[in-house]
Amino acid sequence: MLPFDLPLLLAERSSERAAGSSFWFPPQASTFAKDVDSLYMYILYISAVFFVLIVIAMVYFSYKYRRRPGYEGDSTALHNNALEIIWTVIPTIIVVWIFAKGAQGYMDMVTPPLSTIDVNVTARKWAWSFQYPNGAISTDLHVPINKASRVRLRSEDALHAFYVPAFRCKTDIVPGRVTYAWFEPILEGTFDLFCAEYCGDEHSNMITTVTVHSDEDYEKWLKEAAKPPVDIEAHGLWLYERQGCKGCHSIEPGKKIVGPSFAESFGTEQKTAAGATITVDPAYIRESILEPQKKIREGFQGASQMPSYQGKLKDDEILALTAFIEALKDGKLTDDELGKNDDKPAAAK
Amino acid sequence: MSAVATKPTHSHYESIEADNFLISSRGFLSWALTLDHKRIGLMYLIGVMSAFFLAGILALVLRTELMTPDQWFLTTQQYNQVFTLHGAIMVFLFIIPSVPAALGNFLVPVMLGAKDVAFPRLNLGSFYLWVGGAIFFLSAMLYTGLDTGWTFYTPYSTQTRGPVVAATMGVFILGFSSIFTGLNFIVTINTMRPPGMTWFKMPLFLWATYATSIIQVLATPVLGITVLLLAAERVFHIGIFDPQYNGDPVVFQHFFWFYSHPAVYIMILPGMGIISELMSVHCHKSIFGYRFIAYSSIAIALFGFLVWGHHMFTSGMADVTTIVFSALTFTVSIPSAIKVFNWLATMYKGTVQLNTPMCYALSFIFLFTIGGLTGLWLGALSTDRHLHDTYFVVAHFHYVMVGGTLVGFLGGVFHWWPKMTGKMFNDFWGLVSCGFVFVGFNLTFLPQFVMGSRGMPRRYARYLPEFQEMHQMSTVGAYLLGLGLFVALGVLMHSLRKGKKAPPNPWGGATLEWQCESPPPYYNFQTPPTVNEPYDYTPLVYRDGERGWDYVQPELPAKPVAH
Repeated sequence: MLPFDLPLLLAERSSERAAGSSFWFPPQASTFAKDVDSLYMYILYISAVFFVLIVIAMVYFSYKYRRRPGYEGDSTALHNNALEIIWTVIPTIIVVWIFAKGAQGYMDMVTPPLSTIDVNVTARKWAWSFQYPNGAISTDLHVPINKASRVRLRSEDALHAFYVPAFRCKTDIVPGRVTYAWFEPILEGTFDLFCAEYCGDEHSNMITTVTVHSDEDYEKWLKEAAKPPVDIEAHGLWLYERQGCKGCHSIEPGKKIVGPSFAESFGTEQKTAAGATITVDPAYIRESILEPQKKIREGFQGASQMPSYQGKLKDDEILALTAFIEALKDGKLTDDELGKNDDKPAAAK
Repeated sequence: MSAVATKPTHSHYESIEADNFLISSRGFLSWALTLDHKRIGLMYLIGVMSAFFLAGILALVLRTELMTPDQWFLTTQQYNQVFTLHGAIMVFLFIIPSVPAALGNFLVPVMLGAKDVAFPRLNLGSFYLWVGGAIFFLSAMLYTGLDTGWTFYTPYSTQTRGPVVAATMGVFILGFSSIFTGLNFIVTINTMRPPGMTWFKMPLFLWATYATSIIQVLATPVLGITVLLLAAERVFHIGIFDPQYNGDPVVFQHFFWFYSHPAVYIMILPGMGIISELMSVHCHKSIFGYRFIAYSSIAIALFGFLVWGHHMFTSGMADVTTIVFSALTFTVSIPSAIKVFNWLATMYKGTVQLNTPMCYALSFIFLFTIGGLTGLWLGALSTDRHLHDTYFVVAHFHYVMVGGTLVGFLGGVFHWWPKMTGKMFNDFWGLVSCGFVFVGFNLTFLPQFVMGSRGMPRRYARYLPEFQEMHQMSTVGAYLLGLGLFVALGVLMHSLRKGKKAPPNPWGGATLEWQCESPPPYYNFQTPPTVNEPYDYTPLVYRDGERGWDYVQPELPAKPVAH
C-alpha cells in the first residue's frame, strides 16, 4: 500500500505553485528574471530546431534507406567539405551569440548598483540567519520591493548556496570567504529560499523564505524584528530560532533531528558516550554550548558536529537559552507559551 | 597453449575451434592469471556490469524514496549515503572503466590484427588494481556510510564522520588502474599497428580509445594528487582546502574538476567511438567525414582540459575567470556537433539494418543530442546561475552519461557480443530491451529538466510538494528503464545457453576483428590479416546465415588459406 493517494495528489498539486509561475519557471520576481528566462527560451527554440532536424533526418533515413529486398544501397565513401564547413560554422556563430548573451546577463547579476540595502547572511548546518542594517536578526529574509538588496554571504561550517529561484539568483557560500549576491525584487509576496550546495544530513531542510514587502511594511517589520523579547524564556526561544539551535535540536519530546531534543531534558540524568552520568543542569548546558564535544550524550556520539558558540553568544544569552530549556522540562510548550511571534509561514516540512 | 601443435591431425577449422580463447585452457587459475587481453576484457566486463547492477539498484532506491516529498523509508542521512554510493560507484567503478577497460581490452588488439596489447602483464595488473580498488572503495564506503557525494567537496569532507580517507585511497588505487590501461593502449596503438594500417586507416573506435587514453594518462594523476592532499588535510590539517586551517575550499574544486571534467570525456569519447563503428557497419556504408570524426575526438580531448571551471560558475571565482571559462566551454560543443552530423550523413544512401545494436546507436544519437544541447543552457552564464545545482544539471549529465555512454556501451556489447562469446542473441528481445530503455530513460529524465528550471535543487532528500508530480513521473520512468536493462541482461544470458553459433562476420563489418573467428582463438589471427580500408564494404559478400559475410577481392588472388 502506498503512503499516499496518487490521483488525489495529482489533482491537488497543480494549484500549489506560487502565483505567477509558468510551465517552465517560478514567478519573475526580480529585475533580471526576465532576461534569464528570455535567454532560456531562445536557447530552447534554437535547440528545438536543431533537435527536430536531427530526429527527422534520423527517422527519414532509417525508413528510406532501410534494408529490403530489391534495394541496393550505396556503400562507397562520401565526403563533402562544403557540408562539413557549413555545419561547423553555423553552430559556432550560434554558440558565440549564446555565450555573449549569457555573459552580458551575468555581468548584470554580479554588478550591484552603488546603493544597496545590505543584509548579512550567515549559513550554518542547517539554518539561515539574516542580519539587517538596524541590528535585527531573522531566520527568513525580508526585503523591500523595487530596491536593490545585497546579501553578504558567510558560512560557519560547510559549503552552502544562497538560491532564490524566483529571483534567478544563486551564489555559493564558501567558508573562509565572503561572497555576494544582489537582486531587485519587483513582485510582492513570499518566495522559497533554498540551500543549493550539498551540506550534509539536513541539507534538504535548509529551506526558508524571502518575503518582499512594500516600503512601509518593510520599515514596520524591521522595527518589530529589532526588538528582542523582554521575557527571558521568550528571549531564549528567540535565540533558539535565530542562532541555529533549531537546525539540530527539536523542542518536541524525544524527537531527534541530529542532537538531543530540548524538551523533557532539563534536570534529568543522562549517560554520556564515555559512560559517565551527568545531570542536565545550567552548568552542563553552558559547557555544552561553549565546548560541545566535551561531554556528548550517549547515542549522539556519531552525529555530533556542533560548533562551539564561544564568542558567539553572550552570557545573558546563554542564561536565556538555559531558561528556555528549563521551561521545556515538562514537554512541549503550547503555542501561547511559545509566544508565537509567528509572522512567517513555515517552510516546507 | 599448445592445442595446435599437439593435434596436428585436426583440420584447420577444428583446430581453430579448439583454440577458442574461452576454452583453450581451463580452470580458475587459467583465468585468474591469464595474460590474454580477451579474457581480461571479459573479466572487466563482468566486473563493471556487477558494479552497474549494484549502483542501478541504489538509483531505484533513491527514486522510490522520492515518490513522496516527506520521509517514506529512508532517513536524510541514509538518503545522502545512498546517493553518494550511487554516484561514486557509477563514476569510478562503472562508467570510467566500462568501454575502455571492458570493450577496449577485447577490441584494441583484435582491431589492430595483433596478438595482445603491448604490456599484457601491466594489463592484468591494472585489472587487479581495479578489483582491489573496488573492494577497498566499497567496503570503506559501506563501513560507516560515506555521505560526501562523489565529489568529496571540502570542507564537508574534512568534517564529516565516515571513512573519507579510506574511500579516497580507493579512488587513488582505481586511478592507477585507469592510468595503466591508458598507457597500455597508447603504446599498443602507437607501436603495434600492422603494416598498411596508417593512422587514417584506423577504425574510429581506436581513435576514440587513443584520445581517451591520452586523457587518462594526463588527467588521472591530478585526481591522485587531489585525493592525497584531501587525506593529508583530513589527517594532518595541512591547511590547503579547509578554511579552519587557512585553506580554501574553492582550491579543492579547481583540483577536483581539473581531473573530473576531462573524466567526463573519458566517459563519453569511447561511447562516441562505438557509435562511429555501429553507424557505419549497420548502415553498410562508409563513414561520412572520417577525418572530421577522428580530429574531433582529439579536439574534444584537448578542449576538455580547458573547461573545468564551468562546474564552478557560482562558486565565487573571479568574474573574468568565470567569463573565460564560459567562452571555452562553448568550444567543446562544436566537435560534438560535428560528430552527430557526420553520423547522420553516414545513413544517407546506406542500407540501414534496424537491429538491436543499430537501434541502440540511434537511441544514443537522440539522447546524446539532448544531453549536448542542454549543455548550452549550463554553459551560458546567466541561465546557469539559475540552473546550477538543480535537477536541470542532474538531467543534463544523465543524458550524457546514461543516454550517451551507457546506451553506447550496450550497443557496443550487443554489436560485439557474437564476437566475444561466439553466440547470436535474439534480436527481437534485444529490440524490446532497447525500446524500454529509451522510453524509460526519457520518462525518468525529461521531467527533471522542468523541475530544474522550476527551481528544484539537487541532492534533496525531502522536497516541496509542488514537485511531487514530476518526481513520480521520474520514478515510474526509472522502473521502466530498470526493466529494459533486465531484459537486455536476459537476452544476453539466454544467448549463452540457447544462442545460435555466430559466424566470424555476422554484421558485415570491414574492420579487422571481423576477420577472425567468433570467438577468436587465443592467438587471435592464425595468419596476419589483410589490412583494408576500415569502412570499405565493396569487397564484402553475404554468404548465408551460417558463415555471415565473407571477404572477397576479385582482382587479387583469394585470401591465402593457412596450411
